[in-house]
Amino acid sequence: MTPPPSADPETPAVELRGITKRFPGTLANDAVDLTVRRGEIHALMGENGAGKSTLMSVLYGMERPDAGSVRIDGREVVFSDPGDAMAAGLGMVHQSFKLFDSLTVAENVVYAAEPRRFGLVDRGAARRRVRELAEEHGLAVDPDARVGDLPVGLRQRVEILKLLHRGARTLILDEPTAVLTPGEADALFAVLKSLAAQGRTVILVTHKLREVLEGSDNVTVLRDGHVVARLVTAETSAAEIAAAMTGRAVELDRVHSAGTPGDVILDVTDLATDGVRDVRLTVRAGEIVGIAGVAGNGQSELVEALAGLRPVTSGRVALLGDDITHASATERRAQGLAYVPEDRHAVGTAPAASVADNLAMGHHRTSLSARGLLPPAAVRGHARRLIERFGIKAVSPEVPGSSLSGGNLQKLLIGRELAHDAPLLLVEQPTRGVDIGAVQNIHDQLIAYRDAGHAVLLVSAELSEIRGLADRVLVMYEGRVTAAYEKAEADERTLGLAMAGGAGGSAPVTQVAPVEVGD
Amino acid sequence: MFFDSDLLMSALRALTPILLASLGGAICERAGVFNIGLEGMMLMGCFTAVATSWFTGSPWLGVLAAALASAVYSLILAVGAVTLRGDAVVLGIALNLLAVGLTSFLLRTVFGVQGTFDDPSLAGLPLVGGFSPLAYLAWAAVGVAALMLSRHVWGLRLRGVGEAPDAAATLGVSPVRYQYGAVLVSGVLCGLAGAQLALGNVTLFSENMTAGRGWIAVVAVMLGRALPLGVLLAALLFGLSEAAGFRLQGLGLPQQATDAAPYVVTLGALFLTTARRRRRTPSTSPSAGAVS
Repeated sequence: MTPPPSADPETPAVELRGITKRFPGTLANDAVDLTVRRGEIHALMGENGAGKSTLMSVLYGMERPDAGSVRIDGREVVFSDPGDAMAAGLGMVHQSFKLFDSLTVAENVVYAAEPRRFGLVDRGAARRRVRELAEEHGLAVDPDARVGDLPVGLRQRVEILKLLHRGARTLILDEPTAVLTPGEADALFAVLKSLAAQGRTVILVTHKLREVLEGSDNVTVLRDGHVVARLVTAETSAAEIAAAMTGRAVELDRVHSAGTPGDVILDVTDLATDGVRDVRLTVRAGEIVGIAGVAGNGQSELVEALAGLRPVTSGRVALLGDDITHASATERRAQGLAYVPEDRHAVGTAPAASVADNLAMGHHRTSLSARGLLPPAAVRGHARRLIERFGIKAVSPEVPGSSLSGGNLQKLLIGRELAHDAPLLLVEQPTRGVDIGAVQNIHDQLIAYRDAGHAVLLVSAELSEIRGLADRVLVMYEGRVTAAYEKAEADERTLGLAMAGGAGGSAPVTQVAPVEVGD
Repeated sequence: MFFDSDLLMSALRALTPILLASLGGAICERAGVFNIGLEGMMLMGCFTAVATSWFTGSPWLGVLAAALASAVYSLILAVGAVTLRGDAVVLGIALNLLAVGLTSFLLRTVFGVQGTFDDPSLAGLPLVGGFSPLAYLAWAAVGVAALMLSRHVWGLRLRGVGEAPDAAATLGVSPVRYQYGAVLVSGVLCGLAGAQLALGNVTLFSENMTAGRGWIAVVAVMLGRALPLGVLLAALLFGLSEAAGFRLQGLGLPQQATDAAPYVVTLGALFLTTARRRRRTPSTSPSAGAVS
């Protein structure tokens, strides 16, 4: 609850010295030092594979370091499991929540640290404890609700309450805002700041520059297992952090200039499918239409319906003037549609198949087919051309898709679909979990595709991506398009409000008339 | 009259072994171990109970030995499924097949007979108030299990382990320990179930005498949604169908037909619950899991 009485306020809450951790074939952490002062919000940044997760696993007792020491409140400690770390006052909110969906909020919070009466769980005391903690820290949540019924933002509160119940003085949050709306993220940072003001310490593992700049006191940047920068947030900039993370200058949050729209390519009228209704939109040649929204508001269902993976219950979809409402996915592709699905591992690629085979998929029906056969030389040549054109880093075209990093697998998927030169591209979450460097490359590819006169429908939960790429922005909320904006109107605050349902949205919005958004 | 208090009494007597075994199965289920080895564990209990009672003259020692033997036997599942992370279904089937072979072999080597060992001087369990003492124990076990699972600290932790072992582990609760505990408890309960079958319902051992009761117990776990009271209701249904089978036999139906009664009820019950579950779960959208 409170800092240990004996501790001098200048003693760091967490001090890692010379942490080295080797895994077969990689040096995940190489003599990493990290000092986190008590009462600060300290951001730990780095691209995928930079060693952030390994470092936190070492701190939290999930991995034993090969060398180095861990000090908590000035005392050297050796943790053999997370239980030891918790006993020392650490607590971690994992990126994928560690909650029991069928249990209540109170049960989740007190689990393994239960108030008891005669060996039985004292439910009344558990409930009171949750209410007290919730009130004290501004984390309101119903103690009797089943966790499985709660939205993501509230589940995260339960995770934090769980740590506070155990008296955690240092909270480690791994990518805490990945699943939150901008509003929820702001609320989270308000809570973290008040925790820090009480003398608790927060370590934030993240790759989002904006929230680091707004919410942290200090930043430590890792690259390739080394600390490459220690920065005071107030004295740094997004560009400096990004340069440290990537090792080169990166142009951030570039807002690309608008395209020059031509003929209507995709025309959707009053479309309805599971979880989607009254959707009316058009996408023209030479423009990118962005669909913003919090995950789960019907965007995926809409795109699946457009791609032919989900039956349309009513309405009409026309591609290049032809009705494709009930056409199969194959027919749609033949008609001129390419599709980058959001789940690149399960839907977009076949991880066990080779890079060459992955690149051939879809093209097997058209350019690569020679009287129904696939000449290996043609497949290889096609793979080599795409690997070169899209800068995919693969040891060879023969290695399995699963051996590629997330960013490279995404480049493979996007490259394969762009290579169809289809008049319409559907693309979902093109840069989710992709490093900053690769993000820039992918964005450039999409803009070039647009400028070549193709139509692009982009679905993204990343607001900066939507704002940077889209010529027009539609917001989906609870299965409908509730707001539409031209590029210039779509600032972060406006979109954030609309994504949280703030645009009202009792009536479906036609995309031509932008809607006034008020509080 | 076909349905009368006699029928209910015989149903209550018939259900004891199924109830004990399915309670064990339910506890395993809640801990996240799918235990379909109940049949084999029960059969080991049957043989151990008869052998111990025969050599010591005490059916009580028979009960105790049966509980111990089945618990030891259940360790195969615990080690295989929990420690070595093997497939619990394959292990359960192996336990069931091994028990049939092992008890038949032991029947021959220990008693020198094949098929059935049956002797007037083999001591069975006495009746107390018309029921075997193990029947009272089974009813009490329902209450204890219900209370422990829903209210006790161990029960909460066990349910957590069964639902999300990773989450439990991050909070310092060892899933391995709780899963071993659950499997061992199911072993003890199946041992008691076997003892009840071989020294209570009848007083003899015959090869494969459990005759699918362990499988019915597995179904009872599913029907009762692994809740102690739910399992009690399911076991009661099977007890009634078994008792009704005997009654029908008395009315002149061939034994082969009446013996099938519990299995027909099992099939029917499985069919009904699956159909109901189908209706309740709408087709899951492929993107539903992708909200990450």
